[in-house]
Amino acid sequence: MFGFEPNEEQKMLVDSVQRYALNDLRAAAHDADEAGELPPALVKKGWELGVLQASIPEAYGGFGDRSAVTGVLAAEELGYGDLTAGLAVMAPAAYAIPILVAGTEEQKKSLLPPVVEGDWKPYVSAFVEPNLDFSAADMRTTAVRKNGSYVLNGVKTLVPHAANAAGLLVYAALDGKTQAFVVPPKSAGLKIGDREAWCGLNALPTHKLTLEGVTVPADARLGGDAGHDPQPLIAATQVAAAALAIGLAKAAYEYSLAYAKDRTVFGVPIAQKQSLAFMLAEMATDIEAIRLLVWEAAWLLDEGKDAAHAAQMAILGASDTAMMVTDRAVQLLGGHGYIREHPVERWMRNGRGVPNFPGMAMV
Amino acid sequence: MISFEIPDKVRNAVTLMTMVGENMMRPVARYFDDHEHEVPWDYINMMHDANKQMGGGGFVPSTDKPKKAEGEAPKKEGPRVAYQRLAYSAEALSWGDAALYLCSPVGLLGAAAVAATGTPEQKQRFLARFAGDKPVLDGMALTEPHAGSAMPADVRTTAVRDGDSGVLNGEKIFVTGAHKALIDTQGFLVIWATIDASAGRAGVRPFVVEAGTPGCTVTKLEHKLGIRASDTGSVVLQDCRIPFDNILGSPEVEKKTTEGFKGAMATFDASRPMVAASAMGIARATLETLKELLAQNGVTLRTGIPRSRMTNIEREVADMEIQLRSTWLLILKSVWMMDEKKPNNLEASMGKMRAGDVVVRITQKAVELLGPLGYSREHLIEKWFRDAKVNDLYEGTGQINRLIIARRILGYGRRELA
Ligand SMILES: Cc1cc2nc3c(=O)[nH]c(=O)nc-3n(C[C@H](O)[C@H](O)[C@H](O)COP(=O)(O)OP(=O)(O)OC[C@H]3O[C@@H](n4cnc5c(N)ncnc54)[C@H](O)[C@@H]3O)c2cc1C
Repeated sequence: MFGFEPNEEQKMLVDSVQRYALNDLRAAAHDADEAGELPPALVKKGWELGVLQASIPEAYGGFGDRSAVTGVLAAEELGYGDLTAGLAVMAPAAYAIPILVAGTEEQKKSLLPPVVEGDWKPYVSAFVEPNLDFSAADMRTTAVRKNGSYVLNGVKTLVPHAANAAGLLVYAALDGKTQAFVVPPKSAGLKIGDREAWCGLNALPTHKLTLEGVTVPADARLGGDAGHDPQPLIAATQVAAAALAIGLAKAAYEYSLAYAKDRTVFGVPIAQKQSLAFMLAEMATDIEAIRLLVWEAAWLLDEGKDAAHAAQMAILGASDTAMMVTDRAVQLLGGHGYIREHPVERWMRNGRGVPNFPGMAMV
Repeated sequence: MISFEIPDKVRNAVTLMTMVGENMMRPVARYFDDHEHEVPWDYINMMHDANKQMGGGGFVPSTDKPKKAEGEAPKKEGPRVAYQRLAYSAEALSWGDAALYLCSPVGLLGAAAVAATGTPEQKQRFLARFAGDKPVLDGMALTEPHAGSAMPADVRTTAVRDGDSGVLNGEKIFVTGAHKALIDTQGFLVIWATIDASAGRAGVRPFVVEAGTPGCTVTKLEHKLGIRASDTGSVVLQDCRIPFDNILGSPEVEKKTTEGFKGAMATFDASRPMVAASAMGIARATLETLKELLAQNGVTLRTGIPRSRMTNIEREVADMEIQLRSTWLLILKSVWMMDEKKPNNLEASMGKMRAGDVVVRITQKAVELLGPLGYSREHLIEKWFRDAKVNDLYEGTGQINRLIIARRILGYGRRELA
């Protein structure tokens, strides 16, 4: 049976994340972007909403079961508040969820509790690579077997909080198949580059990671000797990024709609001009349609069905939506949209980055 | 609950309609495109029999059908999926052929208007005939020569009370199925007319004009870009006298209320998702055939690669898939809302607007990508490109649906945004 309404539990979670998004994230976003850092207390508060903790069963230190659908509902709200901070709050999920989904029982028992117990800590994943045709299913970073260990070589980018990471999950191609490895941040051969600078995401510290002969034991590979199917992980990170993007688009849409009703030109609110009103109608429709694509991909994940194609559609659709909506939001504000006092230019900068964000968060 | 599990009842309908599409529609689609105004009796008779075999319920959801006779056991309460099934059926049949779908004798736009505005007795009387011995078609006439988008506010066809009858005068144009409803079968049209032209939308009411009613003539059949199997007729009403109880809804017809206008709007909330679903059927047929023709011509489409590695054709196809699926989900949500009895005016217009855009874009692109194969009448792609465009025109143009959406989201009325 079809259903398009979150259940009561999900509604409660969405409510609390939305309150945090509006009262805390939105309020802090401008200054954080200018200063280039997120107040630690802000991230801590987001962490305490317990979105990840509620996805990890008690046996591994959490208090619930994973639901990708619930995850995307929460992620949308975080993106609605501030995508940059949302990525920071969700960074540990990109480390923990793969372990939960693909790890051996031993890996789950030993690796998950330190992540979910206590405060937010920079457990992060290294996924994206700095080549223009980066493909999650065909990575340049390699892993090779050697004397019962794995040796990793390659370069990663967009690794959040890499400089003080508590734990790292590194993706590499093993015999041509993408696999994830738990890599201690202080490993020999692991070089953490200077902080990166991007068009957006100003408040989130990210770094390049260079792996030169980094050797990890056999049990560092998720799933142990047998390894794991990377596809559900790739799908889960694509839908997470897509959900954040939908939240960002919704923020830009709402902001520009309110502005258009308020701003008077030639004696009438600009929203009374069809050329602008129709833009808003298309923005609203696009957000609604692509959101359902994201939900469907997440639902497929929860059902244990093949979500690869749906998740790819979700992230491509959401990237386009984020760009289209934020561009129009700037346009609706006119010259004022170009000024950093208004958040729409920031949303536009962050929105353009969405295709690069899978790997940084997961549901 | 958020779920994308297709209910069994809906799945079964899709299987059946797909068989019809494949076996009864695709093979004759080109023929009826070439023979405009020839009536596709085989299809009509087959659908009529099938409809009767399925209990004669036709396409009007059971929730809107007349109540069961007293004493009959009430049906078990399952999830309501009638509109979902209807949307899936419209999609699957239009995947077969959108023009033939519009010739289905199962109750389409006229029936939707009856279901949305009629009294229980009227629903019984008019909807039962779809399960009769012979097939009947229906239609809905709002558009007039001077105005389409401005309807129903600018209706000039008049209705005057004369004792036990209503007398209609005026001209309707672009009436889908007019000839099949009034001449080829013993069907009916729902005609929107005004009881007080000076009252604007407040004067508008829906009237049922049955086949054979004196004073009602089909005066013209249009020659069209596409959907040629579906006739589009002009209807002239000249002192056309109908029984008083053919006036749909509230008997207090003479009161100036916005009841009639609201009825037109309620009809659209139910019918726009069906038009959108029909558009999606054309779009899906086009996308599938595009992929088949590409494969036959040695063009392989890789999946699971990032955009930066895609060829132009791979990227176009990937974008089409995104547009198709996301729009379908939007339409599905709008009919799910109907089934759940939630107001769906905004979502119905969103789905319709987007479906119109998407089907036009997908079919235009498919013709382009396939070069001479796309442009040739040897394949149906060029036909679907012609069929597609009407979905951006009828049941509210793309602009009118944008207007509706914009008013909703801005909290504006007609005065603020015209
Ligand atoms: C094949 C076919 C079948 C049809 N079947 C039916 C039927 O069964 N029953 C029926 O009643 N009608 C039917 N129609 C009519 C259809 O609904 C109308 O053609 C449509 O509503 C547009 O009206 P119009 O043609 O008068 O265009 P107009 O209203 O003259 O519009 C012309 C252009 O102006 C735009 N426009 C109009 N108003 C505005 C505005 N306020 N803001 C911005 N843009 C605006 C329109 O979008 C359009 O682009 C059918 C039409 C076709 C082609």
